[in-house]
Formats: sequence, structure tokens, C-alpha cells
Amino acid sequence: MTAMQKLLQLPVNAVNMVKTVQSQVQGQEEDKSPVLTPDSGQQAWYSALQPDELRHLRSGGTGGGGGGDQEERAPLEEGGGGGFQTQPLRHDDLKEMLDSNKDSLKLEAMKRIVAMIARGKNASDLFPAVVKNVACKNIEVKKLVYVYLVRYAEEQQDLALLSISTFQRGLKDPNQLIRASALRVLSSIRVTIIVPIMMLAIKEAASDMSPYVRKTAAHAIPKLYSLDPEQKDQLIEVIEKLLADKTTLVAGSVVMAFEEVCPERIDLIHKNYRKLCNLLIDVEEWGQVVIINMLTRYARTQFLNPNINESLLEEGGSGDKTFYGSDEDEDEDEEEKEKKAEAAAMAKRKPYVMDPDHRLLLRNTKPLLQSRNAAVVMAVAQLYFHLAPKAEVGVIAKALVRLLRSHSEVQYVVLQNVATMSIKRRGMFEPYLKSFYIRSTDPTQIKVLKLEVLTNLANETNISTILREFQTYIKSMDKDFVAATIQAIGRCATNISEVRDTCLNGLVQLLSNRDELVVAESVVVIKKLLQMQPEKHSDIIKHMAKLTDNIQVPMARASILWLIGEYCEHVPKIAPDVLRKMAKSFTNEEDIVKLQIINLAAKLYLTNSKQTKLLTQYVLNLAKYDQNYDIRDRARFIRQLIVPTEKSGALSKYAKKLFLALKPAPVLESPFKDRDHFQLGSLSHLLNAKAGGYQELPDWPEAAPDPSVRNVEVFTLLERVTTLTSVPEWTKCSSREKRKEKKVEKPFYTDSEGESGPTESADSESDSASGLESSSGSEESGSGSESEESKEASESEEEEEEEEEEQKKKKKKDLKKPVQESESEQSSEEEERKHQRKSKPRKSESESESDEDEESESESSQSESEDSESEAEVKKKKKTAESKPPPKPLKKESKKEKKEMSLLDLDDFEPAPSPQVTPVNTFLSNSLVTDLEGLSLSDSVLSPATIAPSSALKSYELLHRITGEGLSVEYCFSRQPFSPDANMVAVQMQFTNSASSDTKNLHIEDVKLQSGMRVKEFPEIELLPAGETATAVMGIDFCDSTQAANFQLCTHTRKFFVSIQPPVGELMRPVFLTENEFKKEQGQLMGMNEITEKLTLDVKCRNEHAIVQRVTTAANLSRVPCGSDKECRFAGRTVTSGSLVLVTVATKEEGAAQLTVNCEKMVIGTMLVKDILQALTQ
Amino acid sequence: MIHSLFVINHLGDIFLEKHWKSVISRSVCDYFFEAREKAVDPENVPPVLQTPHHYLISIYRGKLFFLSVIQTEVPPLFVIEFLHRVADTFQDYFGECSESVISDNVVIVYELLEEMLDNGFPLATESNVLKEMIRPPNILRSVVNTLTGGSNVGETLPQGQLSNIPWRRAGVKYTNNEAYFDVTEEIDAIVDKSGTTVSAEIQGVIEACVKLSGMPDLTMSFMNPRLLDDVSFHPCVRFRRWESERVLSFIPPDGNFTLMTYHISSQNLVAIPVYVKQSISFFEAGSCGRLDITIGPKQTMGKTVEDLKVTVHMPKAVLNANLTASQGNYTYDFTTKLLVWDIGKLNPQKLPNLRGSLSMQTGVPNPEENPSLNIDLKIQQLAISGLKVSRLDMYGEMYKPFKGVKYVTKAGKFQVRT
Repeated sequence: MTAMQKLLQLPVNAVNMVKTVQSQVQGQEEDKSPVLTPDSGQQAWYSALQPDELRHLRSGGTGGGGGGDQEERAPLEEGGGGGFQTQPLRHDDLKEMLDSNKDSLKLEAMKRIVAMIARGKNASDLFPAVVKNVACKNIEVKKLVYVYLVRYAEEQQDLALLSISTFQRGLKDPNQLIRASALRVLSSIRVTIIVPIMMLAIKEAASDMSPYVRKTAAHAIPKLYSLDPEQKDQLIEVIEKLLADKTTLVAGSVVMAFEEVCPERIDLIHKNYRKLCNLLIDVEEWGQVVIINMLTRYARTQFLNPNINESLLEEGGSGDKTFYGSDEDEDEDEEEKEKKAEAAAMAKRKPYVMDPDHRLLLRNTKPLLQSRNAAVVMAVAQLYFHLAPKAEVGVIAKALVRLLRSHSEVQYVVLQNVATMSIKRRGMFEPYLKSFYIRSTDPTQIKVLKLEVLTNLANETNISTILREFQTYIKSMDKDFVAATIQAIGRCATNISEVRDTCLNGLVQLLSNRDELVVAESVVVIKKLLQMQPEKHSDIIKHMAKLTDNIQVPMARASILWLIGEYCEHVPKIAPDVLRKMAKSFTNEEDIVKLQIINLAAKLYLTNSKQTKLLTQYVLNLAKYDQNYDIRDRARFIRQLIVPTEKSGALSKYAKKLFLALKPAPVLESPFKDRDHFQLGSLSHLLNAKAGGYQELPDWPEAAPDPSVRNVEVFTLLERVTTLTSVPEWTKCSSREKRKEKKVEKPFYTDSEGESGPTESADSESDSASGLESSSGSEESGSGSESEESKEASESEEEEEEEEEEQKKKKKKDLKKPVQESESEQSSEEEERKHQRKSKPRKSESESESDEDEESESESSQSESEDSESEAEVKKKKKTAESKPPPKPLKKESKKEKKEMSLLDLDDFEPAPSPQVTPVNTFLSNSLVTDLEGLSLSDSVLSPATIAPSSALKSYELLHRITGEGLSVEYCFSRQPFSPDANMVAVQMQFTNSASSDTKNLHIEDVKLQSGMRVKEFPEIELLPAGETATAVMGIDFCDSTQAANFQLCTHTRKFFVSIQPPVGELMRPVFLTENEFKKEQGQLMGMNEITEKLTLDVKCRNEHAIVQRVTTAANLSRVPCGSDKECRFAGRTVTSGSLVLVTVATKEEGAAQLTVNCEKMVIGTMLVKDILQALTQ
Repeated sequence: MIHSLFVINHLGDIFLEKHWKSVISRSVCDYFFEAREKAVDPENVPPVLQTPHHYLISIYRGKLFFLSVIQTEVPPLFVIEFLHRVADTFQDYFGECSESVISDNVVIVYELLEEMLDNGFPLATESNVLKEMIRPPNILRSVVNTLTGGSNVGETLPQGQLSNIPWRRAGVKYTNNEAYFDVTEEIDAIVDKSGTTVSAEIQGVIEACVKLSGMPDLTMSFMNPRLLDDVSFHPCVRFRRWESERVLSFIPPDGNFTLMTYHISSQNLVAIPVYVKQSISFFEAGSCGRLDITIGPKQTMGKTVEDLKVTVHMPKAVLNANLTASQGNYTYDFTTKLLVWDIGKLNPQKLPNLRGSLSMQTGVPNPEENPSLNIDLKIQQLAISGLKVSRLDMYGEMYKPFKGVKYVTKAGKFQVRT
């Protein structure tokens, strides 16, 4: 096959021959990229052919072909030395194969080239031949070409550009795999010129339909960033976009990109925090690791330290003291006590309440402790270690111990982390002590680490078992390990004073060990131990003095001599004798021993010169002529210092101080102490040094940053297909949504709702406990607010009972009621609102205020319940037939149920909140929205209102001053026609700035509306000085629906999500009708359009005037003159569509009445009936 | 994250390199070789090394070092776990993970590495996904490929990559639908000289081989799930279901996989199946020693102990062993100082015994520590913890699968100190 091609190629070769030879003569290097020379394009191809020519030139056409074939047969056999000669030949063959038309040949060639790359051989000269095949149809060839390109593109940038168009085409391919791989390669070839192309491609891929392509885009971001950091800002935009992605496939990759490009932009996470937490369990394992590590950092910046109280107490020193118990703490005690008291006081003042988002993170990561991937387990473990309350950290121990069965590398890393953790939280691993016992087959590095953990875990209770273990270890054949064990024993002895003597005795026995290392190590450790309380142990020193006859290990001898010298006062009789013996053997000793002999002599001379003067002289004289200059120097120096002569300097006076200064006892502490300032599980922690790109784990903030930044305004279902994980998913999803709903309405639904459903209590028991704790707030007020609450609860129960009775009565009275009206529901809702209002201020930080609120709140609730009682009494009188109330516990349950229903199971025909109750928190389900949207919208112009409502306007709260950080906003429906657009409802807003600083640039942004609705914003308020109040009017076209208008209220610093939801009565404007007109219109709106309801009027509302006032307050209607005094008629038109709304209230005996509403729009009619009914009966 | 990968054989030759970012010279491995020299055993090489510009994280698998080069902070376990996953994948593809196999399949290895990591961050590590992208080599396929010009590389994105069950491929079909589960328990124990148990733990694993058509949804329940207090699962297991009901509910991957592993820690009582009576002594005079080992059954729950084997790592001074075994045979390798006594089945009537003398090197002081014995054994049809699968149900498919569960108990790191 090659012969044929060679023939075909020959003419070309011949043409180029002369040129090539010339370039050869000029001495151009083969492997140097030809592209770099000016006339690159052409020459590239020529020089690519070079080796071919060379072969022809060298072999003279005789054995060339054969040689080539041989090479082909053994392509993978490569001799390093001969490579230079043979390489050009082989590459030539490869080139021919690449140029062929057959895919199989190309594939074969590419495989060989890739094999070369894999071995680290240089294949760069094949670049032109390979790059041609980038558009090859065969996918495997293509892939291998990609591999080649990624490897060499950086070296041959100009040639690499030839391939770009192929990738650009690939980016548009319908096959997602091809799109993705095109982007992968495009972003992997590190050629600076194509940065703009890459940027474009990434941006495009980030909004690709396929999540796989989006994932690839996320991967490409750090590649581009490392190529050109200038692109950071644009890349951050893409990251922000991808962070909002809802697929699990993308999440891990984009967080990785985030960590590499902009780890400091923690603010990008806020909005995605909850999503990430919830997706976490379904993200692939590698992504989980990255996300968990990032969230650990995030949580450290956003939440409060859950252990704040304990850590304050701990810092008082109690934690450390038991561990390194020493006797010099006495004087510090006072100070510490003070500190502790202070801390305790602080703890009392500020009870810790865990942010629900903090809890969410902990809860959602916990199952991952069961992951099969050690990295994930470790990531969760470090998250718990750094973030969880102390009481909860324990769960990670079991999982970490499990990892100890894994590969030895995993063990190594895990043990390092366990060692650090076991210092801080010893109790956590104590139950697993035996899992750290050492086997003789463990690698030494694992043994040493296990030893470290065992030492950290040692305490008074388990020390005896640990020491018994240590005894077996000491006999090990692995001497490094034995040395480590001896050190460990030393540490145990220093830390636990009870066993100090036992350890010391054990170590002394080791002194007779045959092994030098063991003896030396024990002597060193004994030396350290003795330094702690030398006076008690003169007998050990004596014993060691005796050892000098036997021990030959120089290090040990030196240590003994040092000890005797240091404590010569404790062994006054023996010390001179030891010196005598040493002086005898001085010349035969090792150097370190000699130095110590000199030291000993000097010290004895200073303390006991009578006995040792001559000996010292003798030793110093010997040393003077020693071979080692160190020893000679030392001798000369010491002689000058201690022997007083006329020449001696000023220092000799201080000789005693110099030699016999009190040396501090060495502190034997773990090398893992304080390593936990590095994030556990990180490379930096393992190396105990900051690695490049390590992100510091920030300290907990003093005060929690605003938690509302994590609120997400729109909640959509997860995009995930929940075929598989359906069982757990569903519950998770719904609870998540509940959470979100809760969050949307933040000011009203706080965590302390306790029983009412979608909060902490649904999640876990411990949570609800903490939630309750926080809600009771007993710590702060301390004035029995708990009892208050319980009282209240019982009261509300009673209330509930009454209401239920009421409902029953009603049902009996009128079974044909078309609309299920339930007062009790309403009132229960109201009560709930009370709860909410009550709990709301608790969350806030200013406590005094919350206390006030609470009190007033509870009072009002009391009075209200009284009201209802009296009401019930009235009814009792009326109705003789009355059922007995069911037993209490049952009641309780039903109450709960109802509550839940009113919250979650949104009824289509739920009434809009009556004006009596302030907040605007009624939910409307989507079905209602669609109902309303389906209604026809006619644009009839209405005559202006003639009769204005007499009653005062009800104002609603838009922004509470605590949530608004001093800015409070109230709004009311002014009932004035909105001049710019007649189809809009005028909303008058009142801004009050009660903060200490001015608020600027008040305006509206980011309006979110249901379709068809419109908003006319109020002109921007440029300045609202502190303490001032301003008003503005905005117009909202609600499209005749009670759907809320959501928007952001912006100041120069902050944005608040607010919503305005109109009561149905505000969606209309009064019209003037004559009695005849009224009757005529009413006649046309019969049947379906008429709703009739029987009611009993409130006691205070039995005259005409009161009825009119109440109706006009509830709805923006005008009165229609009427002949009969038993009837009141009202008329109006809806604002947007102009449909007529007619209301008739016919009164009868003893407060009985009938309410009739005629309206084309049934939904509005129904809701209006409810509202008016409520207005009239209360 | 992972910058480059070098695969090094036990002689210290780098025979494969792959770079995911710009090329790093292989001279960086010199730091590793230095550490390798220092550590006598390959297991003692620190897995994480620091060099002036890079960090080296390595694993040792099957006499090969997988050495990755890192430039910035990354959780070391992340890299270690990934490298092991790479080695697992090779094993899965080629049957073993050795130098010769990697060299023979260097192209597939390269394609795999390319697919598994993108820019140093793991992309596809699930074996089912990889197998759809790059087909494992077999003779038939290579013949077909040469004839038809087909390739080993998939042209479309595997379904699993996009779905939330990446471990299962779509459209699985079998004529015989079967699901086998092997419950294997390993006893890790340390028994001291006097025969008391110092520590004992059970490490259990349920390996599954599931060949079921379609999308079966399996539920496995246990007689006594309370035993399992620490578990880790294959990602397919629904964790919440386990937490609430203590049943394993999962859509299985196709083929072999590890369903779960569990750990019964030393806090619980663990039965030890055999006891060992031993005496090993070295005499100062005559430079010889004596060895006498007897093994007997202890708590075997009425089952027979099989494949019994004792391995003793003798001190350096022991030159040779002259022993007689009442059952099985022994070998002594005087270069590695390894005494292996292969007993086979344990007969409770006639306890196996090994005794005889050891010849020692003269002039060398006697070892102070007696070598510890490592025991290997196997008990069929028994999970020593008492764990039992009570039932396996299948939902989602109509056919009736064949189901089987097998129990085995083995000795893990079972060590007797002497």
C-alpha cells in the first residue's frame, strides 16, 4: 500500500527537494516549529515533508521501504537511544497513512500517534498531517485527532487555527454530543487568539437546550479564565446564569467554575443557596464534594456560630486545661471565671437561634455521610465539624471510622483529619477507640497516625487499656513505629498525671532494651518527663546514673549526663562519682557524650567545686587536646567562664546563671494541634501549609447578615424527572415548596408558627424543638411569656370550639347555602394571622419592642376571644336546639386540620381578607387566576363616582419598619379615580422614614404581574429625610382579579420585595343608578349571576345607616335610592371591564337579613358576598 | 484540579502520561522517586507530596503507582478517590489493572481518560455511561470493526448521562432475568496472646449481579435491619426510604455492582469463628527456635470452616523452618521470610497442628517480638453478624425474575498476636 502512495507523492517530493535540502544546509532544526518563521503557511507543509526527503536522501532508495514496513510492524517498540534516527522514518509512514482515503488507515495511524503521546514521545512534527483530519467523518479518528490537538495546539498555534472552523461548525450540530465535544476541544486548545471565539461559544452553550452542553460550558469557563484572566467579568456573568440552572448535571460543574474564577463573589450564591442545598443529594458525587466545600465557606460568612455560647465558655480555658493539665493555672483562674461569667451573661442576653437555611444545609448534607465516595463523606464530615452545633457533630465519627477500611491512601488522609478533630472534640471518637488499634500489617505511616489518634483520645478512664496496647506496640519489629510509640507514651504521661509514674517506670524499663533507637527515644522522653517534677524522681535519676555503666548508645548516655548535670543538686553524692567514671573513659566516648561530660563537669564545678575541682580540671585538659575542634572550643570557653582568673571577663560572674538557669519543661503536644484553622479535608490542612488557591475559611460573623437575600421570589417546580427518586423526591419537593411559599411571605410566616405546618416542625424533631425554643423566647423576657402563650393557646382553643358550634348551627339553619361560607375558617385564619404578627417581631433583633408587641398582642387576642364568647352566648339564646361540644382532644385535631387547610389547600373561593385585618396575605391559587384571566375584558368608560364613601379609608401595611430597616410603607385604596388611566385602581402610599439616616431614590423596580395587569409607577421620591413622611399615588390595573401585584421597592441601598393585593371591594367604582334602572339591570342578572345569602346582622348593625356604612366600607359602591326602608341597594362597576355589580341588603325581623349580589362576574360576586357578609355580621 | 497523570510501574518507569491542561514535564516525578526511595515499602510512600511548584498525589494499585499532579488546592480525597475510580475502570474494562494490559490498550485507556476528566474535573465516571461511549475491547468486536469500518466510540450521548439514573442504561433486554446478591462479611479482629479478643469488627458488603430487562424497581428487606447501624450505599439506593422503613429500594444498574457496604463496629459483640493456640520461642543458645500452632473451631454456628490459611511474617533472623503439619502443607520463603500454612477444611475432630523447629542465623541477637499470625478463612452459607435478607420484590416490570442470595463469611484483617 505504501508503494503506491509513495509513487503518487514522489513528484511533489521531487519539486520540494531542492528547497528542503537548502533548509537542511541552513541548519534549521527539525523539531522547531516551522510556523514561527515568517512565511509560515507554506513552509509548514514543506517541512512537514522533510523527513520523507531525508529518508530518500539517506537511504538512497535502497532499503527505505523495507525499513518503513518494519517500523510499522513494531510501532510500539521504541528504543530511546536510536529514536532520533528512526523517528523521522516512522513518522513518514504515519503521514502517508493519515493522507490516505481509508478511515481504517487513518485510525491506525492516529492510534499509533496517540500511543506515542501516551508514552511522552514527541509527535509534534505530525501536526499538519493530523490537523487535516479534524473534519474526518469517522468519530473515533475525530476523537483521537482531538486528543492530539489538545496536546500540541499550544505549541503550534497558527496551525491549530486551521481547525477552528470545524469546531465552530460542530457547535451548531444537532447532536448534543458533538456540540459538547466541539466546545470541549475548542476551549481546551490554549491559543490566545481565539479567546473571543471561545467566549462566544461559551455564552451560546450556556443557554443550550441540552444540559450536557451547558455542563460542558461550565467546564470551559475555568479553561478560558486560565488562558485570559481579563475575561473575568464576562465569565462571571455566564457563571451567574449557569448558577441559576436547575439541573443537577450542571450544578457541580458550575460551582467548580465559580470556585476557580470568582470564589470571592459569595453574593452570587445567595439566590441559589436553597436550590443548591435541595439539589445536592442528586448531584453526581464529584459535584457534591465541590458544592459542599463551597457551601461550608458560604455558611461561615452568612450564619452565626451555633456554638457561640459554648465557644465563649470554652475560650475561658476549660477545654484545654483538662487536656494539658498543669499546675500553674491557679493564678489565672480568677480571670477566667470572670470571662466565663461574662460569656454566660452574653449567652443569656442573646440566645442563639439557628437560621433555617443553616439548618437546611445541615439536614440535606447528612444523608451523604452514607455515600460510597470517601471524598463526599469527608466533605460532609468537615462541613459538620465546621458548621454544626457541638451536639450534632458526633454523627460524622461513625462514617469516618468506616472509611478506615478503605484503601490505605484514603486511610492516610482520613486519619490526618481525625487526628485534628480528635483534639477539638475528643468525645466524638472515644466510642471507636478500638477501631484505631494498630495491626502489624499496617504501613508505618498509618501506624503513626493511628498512634496519634489514640494518644489524643487517651484520658483517665481509658488510659490503662491504651497503655496496654502501647506495650504490645513497643515490641514491634518496626523500629520507627516503636520510637513513635515511646513518644506517645510520653505525651500520655504529661497529659494524664495519674499515670505519669507508671509510664515513667515503663520507660525506665525500656532503657535496658537492646535496640539503640528504643533506648535513645526513651531516655529523651524520660528526660522530658523528669523535667516536669525532678524533685520527686531523684531515684530514677540515680537509676539512670547506674545505667551509664551499661548503656552504650551515645544519645542515651548524653541524655543521662545532661540529666545528672541539670539535677546534680538532687543527687549530690552520685554526680561527682559519675563524673569520675566519665573522666576515666573520656577519650573513648563519642563526641556528643564528650560535650555532655564537659557540661556536667562545669555544672558540678559551680555547685560542688570542693569535690570536683580537680576532676573538672582533668576533663578540661583532656578536652583541650581532643581531635574534635568543637570539643576543644567548648573546653576553652567553659574554662574561661568558670575558672576565675585575672583575665576572665565580665561574664564569669554570671556563670552560675548561665549554666544552672531553670529550663522550662518541654511541652509535648500533638503536631495536629490548631490545624483546624485550615478547612478540614483540604490539601492545605494535610500539608499544614497554605496551598495555592486555598480559600480561607472565614470566621463566623459577629452578627448575621440579612437572611432575606436568599429569598427567591418565583418558585417553580424542579425540572427534574422524578421517575426514580420519586418516593423521597416528592416529599422533599413539596416541603421545599412549602418553604419557599413561606419565604415569599416572610413577614407573616416565621418559623415560630410551630404547629401550623410548613416549617421546621415538618422537617425534623430536633428542629421543631429548637424552633419552639426560639418561639417561646423565654430566655429573653424571662417573665413567664411561655405561660402567657399557653394560656392564650387554650383560649384560642375555646374560641375554636365556639366557632365550630356556630358553623354547625348555620348548617342546620340553611342547608342550601350555595357558597360554603365559614366564619370559623375565617376567624381561624385571623387567629393565625395573629400568631404570625406575634411571631414576626420576635425574629427581629430589637427585643424590647418585640416584648411590647407581644403583650399588646396577647391582650388583644384575649379581648377578641371574649368577644366571640359573648357572641356565642347570644346565639345560644337564639338557638335552643344545640349539640353538645365534642371532647377536647378531638377538637384540637380538627383545629389543626383546618389550619393547615386554610394555609395550604387554597380554596378557590377564599375570601379576600376583610379590611379589619391588616396584612395582605391571602393566597390565591392558580386556578383562580386563570378563572379571572378567562373573563372578558370590555373597555366601557364609566361615569365618575357621584357618591363618595363616607367612611375612613382602611390602610394596609406594605413594609414593616423592621423589615424595611426603618422605612415603613402603608398603602390604602384612595377610591379616587386614577387620572392617568381610568382602568387603574389608585393606590395611595405613605412612606415613613423612621430610621436615623435619610432614604434616597425611592422607586419601584422589577414589577411581576399576572398577564393583563399593568402598573403605573409613582414618580421617584428622591429624598426622604429621617423622620419624615411622604405620600405617592400609583395606579394598578388589577384586571378585575384579586391577584397581587408584586414588585420591588428600591431605595438607594436596599430592595424590598413587596406585594399589593386588593380586597375585592376595591376593584370597583361606584355608579349612580335610579331605582328603575337598578331593577332593570337586576332583572337581567338573574340565575347564575345572582348570589343570595341569609345572614344575621351584627347587634350593632341593625339600622340602615350602619348597614350602609359597613357595606360601603367593604366595597367601593354607591347607594341607590330605594323606596322601601327594609332594603338597601348599592351599585358599582368593576374598574377594568366595567361589569355592573349590584348589591341588595334586605333586612327582616330580629336582625335576620338577606344579601343579594348580582354580578356578571361570578367570581367577583362570590367574593363580594363573603366580604360584605363578614362586614355585616361582625 | 487534576493537572496531569503519570502511571509508573514498580521499576520506576513512567509508561503512560496524560495531561489535561498544559504539559508538565515528567521530571516532576523525580520528587516522587525520591520519596519512593526513602520509604522502603511502596505502601509507605506518602500519598501526598509537596514540590516547589506542584503537589503530587499518588495511589498504589496492583504494583502500579498512579501519580497525579495538582497545582492548586483540592481535597486530597477527591483526587485519591478519583484515581482509584480510574484503576477500577481499567479493571472493569480489561479484567485487570497491570502495566502490560494498559500498554496493550493504550488507545482505549487514553480515550477513557479523556472522557473521565475534562480540564481536570471528573466528567463521566459511571462505568455504564463510559461503556456506551467507549466500548470495551473484545475479539468479536474488533473483527467486526475491521470488516465494517465501525469504531469503538459511541456517536451519541449515552442516555444515562442526562437522566437522573446515570448508572442504568436504557433498553436493557435479557432472555433470562436474574438477580443475584452475595452477602460477604469479613471479620477484622485482633486477638492477643492469651486468646482474648482485643478488637473485632465486621465489614459487610452486598455485591449484586442484576440482569433484568427494562426498568425494574427492586426492594430488598432484611430480617434484622437493626444490625446495620453504619451503611453506605450505591447512589441508586433511595436513602430516605432506608431511613424511614429500613428497606433497600433501588433501580439497579445493569450488571455487577456493589449495592451497599456496612460496618458493625467493635462496640457490638462479634463472634470469632476459630481459636489459635500457639507457642513460638527462640532460644539464645544453639540459635534455633520452636514453633507450635494449633487451630480449633470456636463460634462457627454449626458450619464448617474452609480455606483456612495461616500466614506468619517471620523475623529477619529466621533462616529456615523445619516443621511438620498434621494437615495441609506449609511453605517458607526465606527471602520474604513468609511462612504460609495452607490447611484447607477445619476438622473439629482432629485439630490441625503445625510444629517443628526454626533455624536461626547465628550471631544475630534474638528477635524480642514474636511474629503475629494472620488467619484466612471462609465459611459458606453464613453471615457471621446474623444478617439475613428476608425478601426481594420487583416492581415496574411484568416478568418474574430469578432471585438468589448467597452468604459468605471471610476473615479480613484477622490477626493473632503472639
